[in-house]
Amino acid sequence: MQKEYKTITEISGPLVFAEVDEPVGYDEIVEIETADGETRNGQVLESTSDHVAIQVFEGTAGIDRESSVRFIGETMKMDLTEDLLGRVLSGSGEPIDGGPDIEPDEKRDIVGEAINPFSREYPEEFIQTGVSAIDGMNTLVRGQKLPIFSASGLPHNDLALQIARQATVPEEAKGEDGDDEGSEFAVIFGAMGITAEEANEFMDDFERTGALERSVVFMNLADDPAVERTITPRLALTTAEYLAFDKGYHVLVILTDMTNYCEALREIGAAREEVPGRRGYPGYMYTDLAQLYERAGRIEGREGSVTQIPILTMPGDDDTHPIPDLTGYITEGQIYIDRDLNSQGVKPPIYVLPSLSRLMDDGIGEGLTRADHADVSDQLYAAYAEGEDLRDLVNIVGREALSERDNKYLDFADRFEEEFVDQGFDTDRSIDETLDLGWELLSMFPKAELNRIDEDLIEEHYIDEETAEEVTAD
Amino acid sequence: MSQATESDVREDGVIESVSGPVVTAKDLDARMNDVVYVGNEGLMGEVIEIEGNITTIQVYEETSDVSPGEPVESTGAPLSVDLGPGMLDSIYDGVQRPLDVLEEKMNSAFLDRGVDAPGIDLEKTWEFTPTVEEGDEVEPGDVVGTVPETPSIDHKVMVPPDFEGGEVVAAESGDFDVETAVVELDNGEEITMHQEWPVREARPSLEKQTPTTPLVSGQRILDGLFPIAKGGTAAIPGPFGSGKTVTQHQLAKWADADIVVYVGCGERGNEMTEVIEDFPELEDPVTGNALMDRTCLIANTSNMPVAARESCVYTGITIAEYFRDMGYDVALMADSTSRWAEAMREISSRLEEMPGEEGYPAYLAARLSEFYERAGYFENINGTEGSVSVIGAVSPPGGDFSEPVTQNTLRIVKTFWALDADLAERRHFPAINWNESYSLYRDQLDPWFEDNVAADWPEQRQWAIDTLDEEAELQEIVQLVGKDALPEDQQLTLEVARYLREAWLQQNAFHDVDTFCEPEKTYRILGAIKTFNDEAFDALDAGVPVEELIEIEAVPRLNRIGVQEDYNEYVDELESDIESQLRELY
Repeated sequence: MQKEYKTITEISGPLVFAEVDEPVGYDEIVEIETADGETRNGQVLESTSDHVAIQVFEGTAGIDRESSVRFIGETMKMDLTEDLLGRVLSGSGEPIDGGPDIEPDEKRDIVGEAINPFSREYPEEFIQTGVSAIDGMNTLVRGQKLPIFSASGLPHNDLALQIARQATVPEEAKGEDGDDEGSEFAVIFGAMGITAEEANEFMDDFERTGALERSVVFMNLADDPAVERTITPRLALTTAEYLAFDKGYHVLVILTDMTNYCEALREIGAAREEVPGRRGYPGYMYTDLAQLYERAGRIEGREGSVTQIPILTMPGDDDTHPIPDLTGYITEGQIYIDRDLNSQGVKPPIYVLPSLSRLMDDGIGEGLTRADHADVSDQLYAAYAEGEDLRDLVNIVGREALSERDNKYLDFADRFEEEFVDQGFDTDRSIDETLDLGWELLSMFPKAELNRIDEDLIEEHYIDEETAEEVTAD
Repeated sequence: MSQATESDVREDGVIESVSGPVVTAKDLDARMNDVVYVGNEGLMGEVIEIEGNITTIQVYEETSDVSPGEPVESTGAPLSVDLGPGMLDSIYDGVQRPLDVLEEKMNSAFLDRGVDAPGIDLEKTWEFTPTVEEGDEVEPGDVVGTVPETPSIDHKVMVPPDFEGGEVVAAESGDFDVETAVVELDNGEEITMHQEWPVREARPSLEKQTPTTPLVSGQRILDGLFPIAKGGTAAIPGPFGSGKTVTQHQLAKWADADIVVYVGCGERGNEMTEVIEDFPELEDPVTGNALMDRTCLIANTSNMPVAARESCVYTGITIAEYFRDMGYDVALMADSTSRWAEAMREISSRLEEMPGEEGYPAYLAARLSEFYERAGYFENINGTEGSVSVIGAVSPPGGDFSEPVTQNTLRIVKTFWALDADLAERRHFPAINWNESYSLYRDQLDPWFEDNVAADWPEQRQWAIDTLDEEAELQEIVQLVGKDALPEDQQLTLEVARYLREAWLQQNAFHDVDTFCEPEKTYRILGAIKTFNDEAFDALDAGVPVEELIEIEAVPRLNRIGVQEDYNEYVDELESDIESQLRELY
């Protein structure tokens, strides 16, 4: 049922307004053919009985009032098949790797429906990323959405790659469902407005490690149309849901950079002359972001899972900016990349104090990771926080003015950063190694200081005197 | 949600325009706030504006692919909830559709559109026992019988408030479904176990009273320092990651209310799943039954339609009021009211209304106060007393408490639990800032604590507050000169305050024992710290250096009282150890 019109009345930024004489569905897909035969795709943003507003994904340049508008009669769909694995697609889902056309098994609406909270399964399967600052302190679990809060000039991509490369679910921690899919993840990579250079970095790494075979890549680069960015993550997540809930894969979705996505939302909002919310971003940005982030999870009775690691760069390193702020309210925690740690050469420069994984408590402990995990992580947090506080004080009064106890905390904070966090982007630590390292550091303190750890666990794991002495000597 | 039962037939209209959740219709004959079914799929919506021939509707479901020209049908009734047995142990979406029934009806783990379901099971039969006999006079609100709804709760069947009342001519016991008349009156009115009530209208009551009983939460910092009354209101604002949801969950689990209504408004899906999975397994500390037996969940996760988010807090409070009418103490947790306010903002901006502060509609303050005013300790129209306590989480952007939702909420609520990102970062949980938080109920609740816990409760608490205040002042000096530069007595105060924070204020929500702390235990822990304080200052006066005082073996054991089940013995022993070890020093 295609209707064609030559009734464009107004073109403004990414929007085209046209008159219609038959009703057009909200969100429906539109094809616009310019005078020189080029076809652009768009979507209905507002539909009334006599005119529609269309958002054009590939930009409005070259469209004039003579261009023809075709309504396809359906909303945007993603072609889905298991053969998508190993493919590289454009930001609007067209293959760009020179491979064959995609033969879809199924087409699915990209907006996606909300998972019924009643049908969800609570995520509690530990994912070992091999990164101590994550595994030990901010544990990721299958079905979680855990963003990386970064800023320009910081190595968030290296961290994302490290996670994609190393993430496994250790054998003993596997769920009762005894999945035989293997513990490797299928990776869906959704790039929004990143530079060609960054994209190459990702692609090279995927090729080098052979990860491309189990990946689907969606590329919207910095010079691709901004409006297209609003559909890229939806295509990626629709693919992820299909692979996870229909085909039983454990899927890891990396979305980068969410900041560019939000900029695109703002651009459309401004073009529609909407009442802006904070800093000009649309008032519905929370809902919009939630519709992306909430598409992570597990469903009762289905094999697979969707785990999301969105990356966003905080403008001006400011986490109260609407993008990180709204994200933090939706996602289940966040991992902060820190500029100071980065300039000290800590790799990965994860600042654990403001970082958080909300699902950690249920994904760790006996039978999942180790019985001492929760206590060790709590104690490391508390000790590092105290050490960090004291650093400010040292700047004023000097180390000599501090008590022996305080000096120990300062030493601890240094060693924590140098040994625990700074592991390099190529080191893959098991959870046992991570926790043992934690004990090594905590054993700098006398047992009575470890007030967050169960006494039995202290007896079991505390590394006695000689090691501790040695450390405080310097 | 309630099925439209009104007979009053109204004209259907046609869709004029569609823009996200806002749809306008032409020629629709509907009243303001009536529920309408939109489009060929019959999506549920509510009339929010009428201008000439054009009616504006907010739609509670996704509107993709809906086009102008499709029909709109009015039910002629405002958005109402179904009230009756079967609400406890249920989980609803924002317009009271049971999510388990939706899963079955849609045959999918995803929420499809255009499926409606009544809020209570209309076919299930319940065992009804009348409490009135033929010849009794009953008035609106009066209890006419009971139904054992769950092992914890007897559901009381009441004469609906909008009935006239009269003489009972028939009252039968037996198993009935909720639509069958169980009591008949002489004026022909038939009372069933099912009633409906419009969500935006408060249920009537006789009088609002001053609350004097605390809602005991089992959380030391709340019961000990910032108590909330049964029938009180509280706000928990905090930036993300500071523990709003954990605090709300803790209250839902351990608060000594008869009924808990938990509204997950625009929050995470996995969090709601956690509640659904955890609560049936947790035991109610009072009755020993499953917590779910006293709980009604309303879940509108952040990716569910925005208009239903706007209505979910009303759905919740109407259910709470209904149980209040039975004479129960109800606690309603709304997590988070900011999402509700944002839903108002989103809809308001689609209506192109003139925005107030930060884009929120000008009626934000009015809506918030209207909502919180539905809380309180009430004398019900049937003469019983019941309460609705409302605890609303607030999620201020950037953790900035000066934003409109936090500010307008603070003008209404009497308890303020300020969550603090710094405390959360150092894993001090619950991360409630003791210097910023307050409770205006303290004075009116003190008599209860004096009678039921300890006569010197107010004095002990005041001592704790003073010590913590002093610590805050001293910390400023320490930041400049270091701890060792302080006089010895101040160093000791810092040490005592540290134990107040670590042993008393901190509480581990994930520890089996520590997660719930009865007021007696809260009092004992504080008492033990006070003992240390008094003994240590005596020793200091006797000339013992502060380093020796704080190094005695017994003191760190203060931090372990929280996890002791038999805390009385433990504290007795600890107090005597502290005493003897300190006295040995001089």
